[in-house]
Amino acid sequence: MVVRPGGRTGAAEPRTGHSARIQISGLTKRFMTPSGEPFTALRDVSLTIEPGQFCAIVGPTGCGKSTTLGLVAGLDRPSAGSVQVAGAEVSGITKGISFMFQADALFPWKTVLGNVMTGPTLTGVSKRAAIESSRDWIRRVGLSGFEDRYPHQLSGGMRKRVAMAAALINEPEILLMDEPFGALDVQTKAIMQTELLGLWEQTRPSVLFITHDLDEAVALADRVLVMTSSPGSIKESFDIDLPRPRGSVQEIRYQPRFTELQHQIWSSLKDEVERAYARTAGAA
Amino acid sequence: MSAPSPVGGALASTTVGYEPGPGDQRDDEDRVRQSALRMRRRRTVRLWLARGGVAVFVIGGWQLFTTWGLVDKFFYGQPSGIWDSLVQLFAHGTAFGSIWEDIRVTMTEAIYGFVVGTIAGVIAGLALGQNRFLADVLGPYIKVVNAIPRIILGSIFIVAFGFGTFPKVLLAAVLVFFIVFFNAFQGVREVDPNLVANVRVLGASPFQVARHVTIPSALTWIIASLHTAFGFAIIGALVAEVLGAQHGVGLIISQAQGRFDPDTVFAGMAIMAVITLAAEYLITLLEHRVLAWRPPASSEPSGL
Repeated sequence: MVVRPGGRTGAAEPRTGHSARIQISGLTKRFMTPSGEPFTALRDVSLTIEPGQFCAIVGPTGCGKSTTLGLVAGLDRPSAGSVQVAGAEVSGITKGISFMFQADALFPWKTVLGNVMTGPTLTGVSKRAAIESSRDWIRRVGLSGFEDRYPHQLSGGMRKRVAMAAALINEPEILLMDEPFGALDVQTKAIMQTELLGLWEQTRPSVLFITHDLDEAVALADRVLVMTSSPGSIKESFDIDLPRPRGSVQEIRYQPRFTELQHQIWSSLKDEVERAYARTAGAA
Repeated sequence: MSAPSPVGGALASTTVGYEPGPGDQRDDEDRVRQSALRMRRRRTVRLWLARGGVAVFVIGGWQLFTTWGLVDKFFYGQPSGIWDSLVQLFAHGTAFGSIWEDIRVTMTEAIYGFVVGTIAGVIAGLALGQNRFLADVLGPYIKVVNAIPRIILGSIFIVAFGFGTFPKVLLAAVLVFFIVFFNAFQGVREVDPNLVANVRVLGASPFQVARHVTIPSALTWIIASLHTAFGFAIIGALVAEVLGAQHGVGLIISQAQGRFDPDTVFAGMAIMAVITLAAEYLITLLEHRVLAWRPPASSEPSGL
């Protein structure tokens, strides 16, 4: 039984979490380019993400990874095929979802508290409860004392933490992440990855995580999907059997099993990256 | 300038040891801070001297050239004459009564026009910015109306609505409307699509998207336009008064024009300029208040 996140009240007691299954079958998405040519971004993508699974998608630039997320969120309609979340066909905005973008989609005119509060406010939680749970989440991402700052007063890593708190406060069943740490420097990125894993293990939503960074995918995910260059389709799926909890992301990289998996996936991904690169280089 | 700072001296005399202690460091920092302060003060003084110099050069040059007869003061006025007519206006009023009454009338017209034009512009800009179809339908017509020299509408308004307050308010409002409208429209178009996607995923209704994203985002643009818009509200009110009125600074100006009295025309200009500057200052205060979230302009924390 799936409970809507909006129905929950403020204070964040530790919970076992609930998460939804994502079933994508025969998904195709075509766009019309400005010159009037149809362009197939996704072709016949089928995949299932089990409840609570952390699934990473890697693939070359422009293979329709972001398009897939948009379709799961219900921001866009498929041209063919279907997306089901928790057994229901996606039509309109999917319930119980949070999105995290590469550009931190924070409101520059709201304080840290205001940004984190947006989620509960929109789902109709009372203001007091919203403030209470926002403070709790700000504490969880280690930003206590920064509630009244505006985003421009924070560092890149701190803004990501705010975005993470804002995405997780509604305790989503599904977390969609579109290269969330793409713009961070290497050290900050590693810290944020470790924190994301820590927070995810507390609430365990299903995660669809898009990245260019293969190390990131292997370090975080239960499963890594390799997509082909456009039109995008699923090329291969790899189960990542590194034990959980994984602890520090920096440490995992030195495990022999990590290297082994990383190699396997890279040999699959390499062809696609090269193909995509040859195409863009040819076009340039 | 070369005298040692008293604080630094006191600290130096207490740290007589041979190794550099924390006192020395504080002493150093103090010195750096003091010299930075001194440099900034010196820069401010120079800035204001230079600004004063520009005013003296322009007004003094004007005065001299007209006194020497190189420029004819019959056509171009004279600063001392402008000052005399300002004194005359404020001390004895005009043929129609006190100058304050005229200022009050003009300001009332300008402010009403400003408020009406701003509200209409914001509403139209937000509506069209969010509705692509409506914007595409009305777009060419708005361009046409914008291309019309709208100040001429003043003539029509005077003919249609007489010499009262209403046509002045209307002309000011029309001028203000287009400025605010285009900025509000552009502001809505510039909204970060990620932010919109984000709140939609969180379950926001179209009304909530407007309240949480579109309007705050467009507000930067709208407020930026208010500076220009207020200037245009004054222009609208003045021009309409020049075209035909019973009261107002515009009337004083047009009467002075009829008497070949450039000094009083300039005096009217100066009065309105002071008022506009004051209004500008108030709008800037409002801007800082409403847009407190914005990062400081890159020039503000200038290097010391």
